[in-house]
Amino acid sequence: MPKIRLVELAHARSGDKGNTVNIGLFPYQEGDYELLRNTVTAERAKEHFKGLVDGEVVRYEVPNLHAFNFVLRNALTGGASRSLRSDNLGKCFGASLLRMEIEV
Amino acid sequence: MKSIRIGAGQGFWGDTPFPALDVVQAGQVRYLACDALAELTLAILQKGRQKEPDKGYVEDRFFPILLQPCWAKGVKILTNAGGINPVGAGRMVFDLAKTMGLRGMRIAVITGDDIMELIDALREKGVDFRDMETGRDLAIIRDRILFANAYLGAKAMVEALRQGADVVITGRTSDPAQFLAPLAYELGWKWDDWDRLAAGILVGHLLECSAQSTGGNFSGDWWNIPQMERIGYPVAEVYENGDVVLTKPDGTGGRVDLGTVKEQMLYEVHDPSAYVTPDVVADFCSPRLEEAGRDRVRITGMRGKPRPENLKVSIGYSDGWMCEATIRYSWPQAMRKARKAEEIVRKQFEWLGMRFEEVLTEYVGYNSLCGPLAFGDGEDLNEVGLRIAVRSCDRLEAARMPRLFPPLALNGPPTASGWAGTPHPRELIGLWSALVPREQVESRIKMAIMEVN
Repeated sequence: MPKIRLVELAHARSGDKGNTVNIGLFPYQEGDYELLRNTVTAERAKEHFKGLVDGEVVRYEVPNLHAFNFVLRNALTGGASRSLRSDNLGKCFGASLLRMEIEV
Repeated sequence: MKSIRIGAGQGFWGDTPFPALDVVQAGQVRYLACDALAELTLAILQKGRQKEPDKGYVEDRFFPILLQPCWAKGVKILTNAGGINPVGAGRMVFDLAKTMGLRGMRIAVITGDDIMELIDALREKGVDFRDMETGRDLAIIRDRILFANAYLGAKAMVEALRQGADVVITGRTSDPAQFLAPLAYELGWKWDDWDRLAAGILVGHLLECSAQSTGGNFSGDWWNIPQMERIGYPVAEVYENGDVVLTKPDGTGGRVDLGTVKEQMLYEVHDPSAYVTPDVVADFCSPRLEEAGRDRVRITGMRGKPRPENLKVSIGYSDGWMCEATIRYSWPQAMRKARKAEEIVRKQFEWLGMRFEEVLTEYVGYNSLCGPLAFGDGEDLNEVGLRIAVRSCDRLEAARMPRLFPPLALNGPPTASGWAGTPHPRELIGLWSALVPREQVESRIKMAIMEVN
């Protein structure tokens, strides 16, 4: 099956709360909601963020927005104000999710 | 149907005050609400107050620039810029208003969010302050606590408005509370009208990060966002029944459409069906969004659930020191040079007996923002920056690390450049979230009004 990077199909914004990052994922075309629902699962996201995220990943479906919300626990080496990372606020996690390749 | 327009004035401490001026001049708003406190802002303010007891509030150009125009237009201001010292902030605004000759201006100050002095008494009463994220017991950080503040709701602010306040200053509140307050007051919403309160919280959530709902930090076709240099901050037109139109002042840049609004709607949200605030639990899975003309998004059908029994408390504690340094290398073999420099520095840690609790290496231009998700091996980049950051419980130990960097220019791989002076250590603040029964906090909330004469 051909593969495509998520960035071609969707946009995403991430933010932090404590040591948790969340990512809102929004398909450009509402018709791609089902495709993303089937391919960008919580398990896929957890595997994708290996090395950056140590805790569980939960995905919430937000059908009224045709969107998904991913919650990544233990994702900021302790949280923004005690992390050594350049991206201590997790601002780039959304962009990082869009690197994922999915089968279409 | 009765409606009211409110605007966003500030998304964080350090935000520019000029878009707020556009909101006041061209947004046709009656209220300007501001969120000046990010999660860690109180830690910075606490340190300021340790040096100068009169400080500890957000000091920036907001009030010097906005106070007079707001007064002239009859626009009321609500802000949590009081930080760790709302009384001090109130005094500052009062003095400023007096200097400007704004006679009759009423400035309200709300206190009661600071529970630092209550921690031990509450623990004795059985409040365990367990960390919501990790379940750890407070005892492990008790002697390192820098601040402890409860997130307050909108009620005391509504009372301030009822008593004629023109400026309402608070410390820690839930981020959207400053926005909910004028809506509940003007539209007469009841405190158990969960759906309408939830609509007010959604408005607050969409306005609290300033331009993040009008095209700022937008990850879609950001290159098409017009006039970012004068981006318009969001304005909400809110109706008595809880319907909302999100827009921005005429003549400003930015864009309000389904894309920009949706991105902000899930920003820093966990379970979207239960966005917990002190006043109501909002269900972001309920409303319908539709575009209603240029730069207008209509939001209808918002639903809410009863407010929680507990309030969230944010506790900051000292968690050691960090120091970081960066040096850059040019093609050819930029990455190999940076890796070699890292090897040298790490071997010198051992040789010189420098010990750190944590050492992080990043290659700027390759993986400093995406870590292990970087594409390729970085072997043919034009330039690479080596960034090393360390953490130590000892400030002086952390400060030693960057001194290893300048000698790399003469002693290490070629082309080392871009050294910008020796960096200073920075204190790390751990954040701890816990729950406290609301009555323990709310019984202590106080509101006082000063009038400029």
